[in-house]
Amino acid sequence: MNPLRLLGGIGRAVLTVFATFGKVALFTVDAISHVFRPPFYPREFVVALMNIGWLSLPVVGLTAIFTGGALALQIYAGGARFNAEAVVPQIVAIGMVRELGPVLGGLMIAARVTSSIAAEIATMKVTEQIDALVTLSTHPMKYLTAPRVLAAILTVPVLVAVGDVIGIAGGYVVATQNLGFNSAAYLQNTVNFLELHDVISSLVKGATFGLITAVMGCYYGMNSGRGAQGVGRATKSSVEAAAIMILAANFILTGVFFSV
Amino acid sequence: MIRLENVHKAFGDNRVLQGMNLDIPKGTSMVIIGGSGTGKSVALKCVLGLIKPDSGMIYVDGKDAATGDRDAFLARFGMLFQGAALFDSLPVWQNVSFRLLRGPLKRPAEYAREIAIDKLRRVGLKSDVADRFPSELSGGMQKRVGLARAIAAEPEIIFFDEPTTGLDPIMSGVINDLIREIVTEMGATAMTITHDMSSVRAIADNVAMLHGGVIQWTGPVEQMDASGDPYVEQFISGSAEGPIEAVR
Ligand SMILES: Nc1ncnc2c1ncn2[C@@H]1O[C@H](COP(=O)(O)OP(=O)(O)OP(=O)(O)O)[C@@H](O)[C@H]1O
Ligand SMILES: [Mg+2]
Repeated sequence: MNPLRLLGGIGRAVLTVFATFGKVALFTVDAISHVFRPPFYPREFVVALMNIGWLSLPVVGLTAIFTGGALALQIYAGGARFNAEAVVPQIVAIGMVRELGPVLGGLMIAARVTSSIAAEIATMKVTEQIDALVTLSTHPMKYLTAPRVLAAILTVPVLVAVGDVIGIAGGYVVATQNLGFNSAAYLQNTVNFLELHDVISSLVKGATFGLITAVMGCYYGMNSGRGAQGVGRATKSSVEAAAIMILAANFILTGVFFSV
Repeated sequence: MIRLENVHKAFGDNRVLQGMNLDIPKGTSMVIIGGSGTGKSVALKCVLGLIKPDSGMIYVDGKDAATGDRDAFLARFGMLFQGAALFDSLPVWQNVSFRLLRGPLKRPAEYAREIAIDKLRRVGLKSDVADRFPSELSGGMQKRVGLARAIAAEPEIIFFDEPTTGLDPIMSGVINDLIREIVTEMGATAMTITHDMSSVRAIADNVAMLHGGVIQWTGPVEQMDASGDPYVEQFISGSAEGPIEAVR
């Protein structure tokens, strides 16, 4: 292959990535600004709260309980290699609260919420419902995006907190039932070990991931191509982008909170 | 008064509008005819600002439609989309009275519902469809709900994109009469796209024929049959022979 063509291709791909970043950044700023500017749509906000928050509870809870349980087994087995089995409660707590609770919760919400937001808004776009909104003097960013973004920023931290607790509970059940830990001591160790800082980092990550899931769903939905294929592509891209951005943001936030 | 001046719009290398000029006097009913895919729907969307023309000017009451207060501008319009474009997450009555349930025109819900049921009756739908969802209605019923939504806030300017497509002849008659009534009794300005020549005769004050990205002919509906324009004549007769190619 001609090396110049190859270079040109790489250059174009890089430019496309940067252009998309720019567009997503502008879209995010725009979306957040509409959260604060009237008119507000309280009914749409309540619906979004239900869809994003309440209905995601089972998925997030199940993810957390199995993760916490597996974590306890692994730490026990790993710790046994250098006689450190006793650290199970501490490491489960830290692992769940600092990393696994927010990240796995965020990814599950990306799978569940980002995809449904993207598919719904993309379908509205291809069936001209977004155009119809505009002709009915309703701003799509205010009516569709703002309620979802606000609901996600508020509910995902709560979901993450619930996931943290359930994950720790999963570890606790496995440790006390299978690994012979004393129940009271396990709880005592967990509570003593966790710091406020850990909990705050978990909630901040939750809010950030909430923002990412809602914004990516809305962005790809609003920019969907035409037809069923356009909807499919928008949905796929939104989940991919949200998942990668969650992992990248998690890395950055962990650096901000925990680097010494 | 709506005026399009030398409006151009292309999608990639598909040049759809290539210098469209049209005047629609206030309080009159303009019907746009033209082959499928000639850009009739695109022209309506350009006036509403849903699609940005590449060049050319659009004036509403002498003011540039692209500048000024968008909300005040759109508040004067009602639009029936070709595919109805109903909000499928809302029941029919909330679709019809969408403007009355939120935003600056917000009214009590019972009042909004009454208005919706009244508008539904005007498009020939019984009140029991009010609580159904759009996906539970037939295509023609959806179209009529879209029509009810377009006229619900009694706008000054109404655009109808193929209002009678998919309706039986009796219902088409009802809708034609309704559009005529909205123009003559309420003094609205209407712009209608249709392929149905009996609708053209029932609705139009003036007719414009769009072909090749420009208005080929425009004039009062009474002159349509004697237009002398080969495009219009072929369109009225529905013949495959003539300047309009059958394969486009
Ligand atoms: N958003 C868009 N992106 C790309 N092309 C478009 C878009 N909207 C319309 N077109 C193209 O513009 C042309 C005109 O479309 P338009 O919908 O205005 O046709 P029409 O005259 O309303 O036809 P019909 O009578 O079948 O509804 C078509 O070739 C269509 O493919
Ligand atoms: Mg059309």
